[in-house]
Parts: sequence; C-alpha cells; structure tokens
Amino acid sequence: MSEPGPVKPNEPPRTRDRVAEGLRRRYMKERAFRLLGLAALLFGLGFLAIFFVTLVSNGASALLQTRILLDVELDPEVIDPEGRRDAVALETANYQQLIRDALNRLFPDVTERSERRALYRLLSPAADLEVRELVLANPALIGETRSLWLLADDDVDMLIKGNIDRDVPESERRLSDAQIGWIDALLDEGRIERKLNRYFFTSGDSRDPELAGIFGATVGSFFMLLVTLVLSFPLGVATAVYLEEFAPRNRWTDLIEVNINNLAAVPSIVFGLLGLALFINAFGLPRSAPLVGGLVLTLMTLPVIIIASRAALKAVPPSIREAALGIGASKMQTVLHHVLPLALPGMLTGTIIGMARALGESAPLLMIGMVAFIVDIPESPLDPATALPVQIFLWADSPERAFVERTSAAILVLLAFLVVMNGIAILLRKRFERRY
Amino acid sequence: MRMFRQATAEAMQPATTPRQTTAREPAPSAAPTYRTVGDHRAANPIITARDVNVYYGDKHAIQHVNLDIGLNEVIALIGPSGCGKSTFLRCLNRMNDTIESARVTGEIKLYDEDIYSKQMDVVMLRARVGMVFQKPNPFPKSIYDNVAYGPRIHGLARDRTELDEIVQKSLERAGLWNEVKDRLEEPGTGLSGGQQQRLCIARTIAVSPEVILMDEPCSALDPIATARIEDLIDELRQNYAIVIVTHSMQQAARVSQRTAYFHLGRLIEVGKTEEIFTNPRHKLTEDYITGRFG
Ligand SMILES: Nc1ncnc2c1ncn2[C@@H]1O[C@H](COP(=O)(O)OP(=O)(O)OP(=O)(O)O)[C@@H](O)[C@H]1O
Ligand SMILES: [Mg+2]
Repeated sequence: MSEPGPVKPNEPPRTRDRVAEGLRRRYMKERAFRLLGLAALLFGLGFLAIFFVTLVSNGASALLQTRILLDVELDPEVIDPEGRRDAVALETANYQQLIRDALNRLFPDVTERSERRALYRLLSPAADLEVRELVLANPALIGETRSLWLLADDDVDMLIKGNIDRDVPESERRLSDAQIGWIDALLDEGRIERKLNRYFFTSGDSRDPELAGIFGATVGSFFMLLVTLVLSFPLGVATAVYLEEFAPRNRWTDLIEVNINNLAAVPSIVFGLLGLALFINAFGLPRSAPLVGGLVLTLMTLPVIIIASRAALKAVPPSIREAALGIGASKMQTVLHHVLPLALPGMLTGTIIGMARALGESAPLLMIGMVAFIVDIPESPLDPATALPVQIFLWADSPERAFVERTSAAILVLLAFLVVMNGIAILLRKRFERRY
Repeated sequence: MRMFRQATAEAMQPATTPRQTTAREPAPSAAPTYRTVGDHRAANPIITARDVNVYYGDKHAIQHVNLDIGLNEVIALIGPSGCGKSTFLRCLNRMNDTIESARVTGEIKLYDEDIYSKQMDVVMLRARVGMVFQKPNPFPKSIYDNVAYGPRIHGLARDRTELDEIVQKSLERAGLWNEVKDRLEEPGTGLSGGQQQRLCIARTIAVSPEVILMDEPCSALDPIATARIEDLIDELRQNYAIVIVTHSMQQAARVSQRTAYFHLGRLIEVGKTEEIFTNPRHKLTEDYITGRFG
C-alpha cells in the first residue's frame, strides 16, 4: 500500500455532484423495490384472509346445533312396563316411543301413518339416546314429565341455518311442505333454538351429521403423532449426530447423504404404499391402526428431522468444538456437553415442523386403510382410527349439506393444532436460547 | 462407471501428492533444502519436534521443522501472517486432527512419548498440553462452569469445595477473579472480549497442563489486560512450558526467553530472544523484526 497522496482540490466536489445526480434515481428504485415487496406480502395476506373468512363463515355455524324443546313424559309404562328398574331394562327401553308420544301430543292433528313418520323425522334418530342418558343417570325421574331440548335432524338444522331454500319445489327439497309447516309452528312457540354442539368435539364420526364429531380423528392423530415423535426424534437426532460428528467423509456417507435428501422429496403417498407392503402385508400389523400410520409418518418425517438436525449441528461454531477438544474433552463429551445443547433448539424446531407436516398428511394414510368409517374413539395405537386430515377428506366427500360446515370447522381445528405446534416450536427455541 | 473411476482417482490423490510435488518441493522423507539458523534445542526439553511437516491437502504448510520446547521457558513463535505459526502450534496437541485435509509427518515427542503414535491418547495429550485460542471461545455456560469444565471431565477435584478452590485459583491467576467473583453464575459469553480471553486462559490452567500453547492470546486485549496476561505468562513459566504465537515484537521480547522465526512454512531462525532481537543472523529475520517485511 502506498501512502495516500495529497487531496486534489477539485476531486471531492466532483464525486459529490456525481452522487447527487444518481441519488434520486437510486432512492426511487429503492422505493419501488420496497413497494413491490409490500405488494407481494399484501397479495399473500389477502389470500390468507379470504381463506380464513371462508373457513370461519362456513365453519362457525357448526358450533351450534338446532334443538327442539319437547315435553317428554317419562312414562313408566313405556320405559319399564314390568317394573324391574334394573340396568338392562333401563338401557333397552324404547325411548323413541316417549319422543313420539311427545310429538303426537304437540301435533294431535297429524294422524296418518306416513305423515306421522315425517313428523318423527324432525328429530335426530339419536335423540332418544339423550333421553336414555338422562334416565340412566337418574332413574328417579321416571314418571315425571320433563321439558327437554332434543337434538333436531340435520335437515331441520340446515333449514334453521338457512342452508335449505324454502322456494325450491317440494320434490327437490329434503323437507316436505308439511315438515316446514310443523317447524314454523315449533318456531312460533319458541320450541326451536340453536344450542352449543357438544357432539362435534366429543364424538367420533357418524352417518348422521348432527352426531358426527372430530374427537375420534383427533385421538387418532394424537396416537399417530406420538408414535412418530417417539420414533423419529431419537432416530433422526442420532443419525444426524453420527453423520455430522462421527462418520468419516467418504463415498458411502456421500451416498447416504444424497439418499436422505432424496427421501425428503419423495411424495408421501409412496411412503404409504411402502407402509402397506411392509408393515401391513409383510409384518402383519393391523390395518387402519395409528401405529402403522405413525410408522409411515416416521419414514416420511425422518429425513426432514435428519436434515434439520444436521443443519443445526453445522451451525454450531467450530470454535466451541475446538475449545472443548483443546481442554481434553473426548469427542463424545464435546458433542454431548457442548454441541448438542447448542444444536437442540434447531433440532426441536425441525422436529416440530416435521411433525406439523405429518399432522397435515392424508395421502399415505389412505393407503394403509385409515380412511375407514370409524365411529368408536380409539383407545390405543392399535385400535382402528382415522386422522384429522382424513376426516376432513371424508366429510368433504359426504353428500349431506350439514357436513359442509363440519368440514370447515374440522379444518379450523386442524389449523389451530398447527398453530399451537408451531407456537411451541418458537417457545422451545426461545426457552433454550435464553439458557445461554 | 466413468464417474466411479473419476471418484477413485480423486480418492487416490493425497497418496500421489508428495511424488507430484517432488519437482517443486522436497518429498517428506527427503532432506530439507534449507537449514535453520541457530540452535533449536532447549536446555530442559519437554517437547521435541523433529523434521515436522504439515500438509493441507497438497499444500506444504510446515516444512522440516526441528524445535524443542523447554521447561520453565517461554518460546515465542513469530513470523508474517500465513507462515504456519498456528499450524505448528496445533501440531503440538494434535488439534490438527480435527482438520480433515491436514496431514502431519515427522516426530513430536512429549518427554519420550511420540504424540503421534498409536499409544498416545489425544484426550490425555490435550489435558497435558493445553491451548488458548486466538479468538476467545468461552463455552455458552456460566463463568464457573467454563473454568470447572476441564477439572470436571478429568476428575481433578474430589468434591465441590476442591472444585471451587480450583476455579477461584485459576481465575485469580488469570487476573479475572476480582471482576467476576460476584457473578460466577452469569454466562461467560456475556463478558467483554478481553475478559473472555482471560476466562479462556483460566479454563486452560484449571486443568494444570504441563505445556500451554497460546495462539495470539492478547490480540483482543487492551494494554492493561495485555500486561496482566504477560505477567501471568511469566508466572506460569515457573511451573510450565509455554509456547506463544504473537505478532507483537515487543511482546515477544518482553515475555519470551527463546524466539523462533517462521517464514513460508520454514523455521528460519531460532535462538535466545535477546540475540534474535539485537543480532539476527538471517536476512529474513532481520527484515521482519526491523519492520521491512510483512
Ligand atoms: N484448514 C486449512 N486448510 C488449508 N490450508 C490452511 C488451513 N489452515 C491454514 N492453512 C494454510 O496454511 C498456511 C499457514 O497457516 P497458519 O494459520 O498456520 O498461519 P499463521 O502463521 O498462524 O498466520 P496468522 O499469523 O495470520 O495467524 C497458510 O497459508 C494457510 O492458508
Ligand atoms: Mg494464526
């Protein structure tokens, strides 16, 4: 480097002029660039907003369910004509009859058989279950007359929610003119109201929309993610640590690395096929079981976790490793005491993002039979189950109008779970980072 | 198939490298093409390095270096940037093992054990030959845990009180105790750069190594902290052997008894510090210490 020469008197002003000339255009470009970015962001946000508004406006109504107030006489002659009052008698009693009697009392003019049957159809076929529940919980009520808000049929629900058009010709409507007349009569008496839909969050799937819930699918998803997490996190982290810290760099490890990267990009349905062939056909594991779903999702999530974990390990500054090695720590001590704690937040984030992806996955589950219609809530990872996204798929495919709002509501629930998981990822990262 | 052969050829390369380089550079076994000026031996050697060569891939970074590290003495390694001071230093506790492309030949003995032999355990070696790095690199743990880490993994303290003692003594000797005694549980990474470097020195001496390697330990320090470290080095000399890499001629003159001048991977001149600085015998050494080079 030579010494800087004396400043020539005319040079700085010339630079200043040149800069001033271009300055305006430079700032204009900068503004344009920023506006472009902002426009892109707003565009994306706009679609997100449309998405949410549609979902919420479609799905919110699923939270409420139409109920009809009936004065049900808990007639001992119907419930327990032999007067035994034991559990079997109470459980097998004909509660349907009680409801029909109540309806007949409300509409004494309806006498013809087919008309009566149409009248009875205003109530859900499962309305009697609620009466039974009441009696079983408190047999002393038998003999009294109780005013009960009973579950309406999904068609009634749809009419109340405005999803069935009264102006359509009767033949194309799911409710007859007579039925609509009765509903209006009930409305006038204040006997129809929308109440909180408790079935949606507490029950499994059902053919009757008013009884269908997401709890079964949620539990299925939970078991599946549990299996996935328990398998893929330790396996993924161990693989990443071995590959990154211990394995020699040679052709074999290069080959493995290429393969892992490829696996991360394999369409998930292929993993479903593999799971079908391997876990179900070869190993004889049960179909539709969250265990198998979890195994398949593990295959799918593992590469993601391995790649994220390796990136997290790579990001640990080499000076920390040198410090530990230089003081006489063994390779394993260096990794366990210093590298892993620093890489853990990144690993956890990668894992949770992988799990979130697994939670939203439906294609591979179709291959292993988790698309079956399952009413019972699974009690273990071996029970048949569906998962949330598959439930959404099933409902979206159902013809009943009432499933439309349930589909949207289920999507909202799935999104809520995803938000919670990603929130946990952020929280964990913050938490672990603050320790240092 | 063709790709496969290519890969094989690549994998073979390091083995053929020395032969390829014969034209330009001497093969590792060949005699050196230069002679180090001065006496590379120490009166009381702890480490003896003989005909040490280091290659990074096919780059010959250290060439035929002979040098002793003696007990109770500080030896300064000086030389222009990139001449291989750090590389040579890292040979002495096998930190070069962590660099994949690095290859070391020759013989380095700690007393009479060859540190590159199969019998030598690197964990043991690094406990005996400690290192302070150029850039302060405290663990992202508490100040206490930073210093206690070495004694803990080597089982140097029987109980907590003994560990406390070691930590306090090490911090005192590194001249950091008074500044941190009230906040031992705070993270070591929260200290200033100079404090961090002293923390790293405390961490190294907590293990009580026999040799301490220091790679520009004062490059991040102010003159006051530097003076304190230099005092520490002088004090440590009573019990240890110290190798210090420095870019400061004054520092080399102040703290060291012997000085070794490296140039482009070669050990050009080595001798008593005052002789090197007052009466350098090699032209390159003279140019360097008088500031006509680098
Ligand atoms: N990891 C590495 N891979 C390849 N070459 C390296 C590596 N480390 C160092 N070198 C090369 O080896 C030579 C010696 O490097 P070294 O770090 O020992 O120099 P130095 O004397 O410590 O320099 P400085 O005073 O700047 O720290 C340099 O030419 C450098 O480019
Ligand atoms: Mg260096």
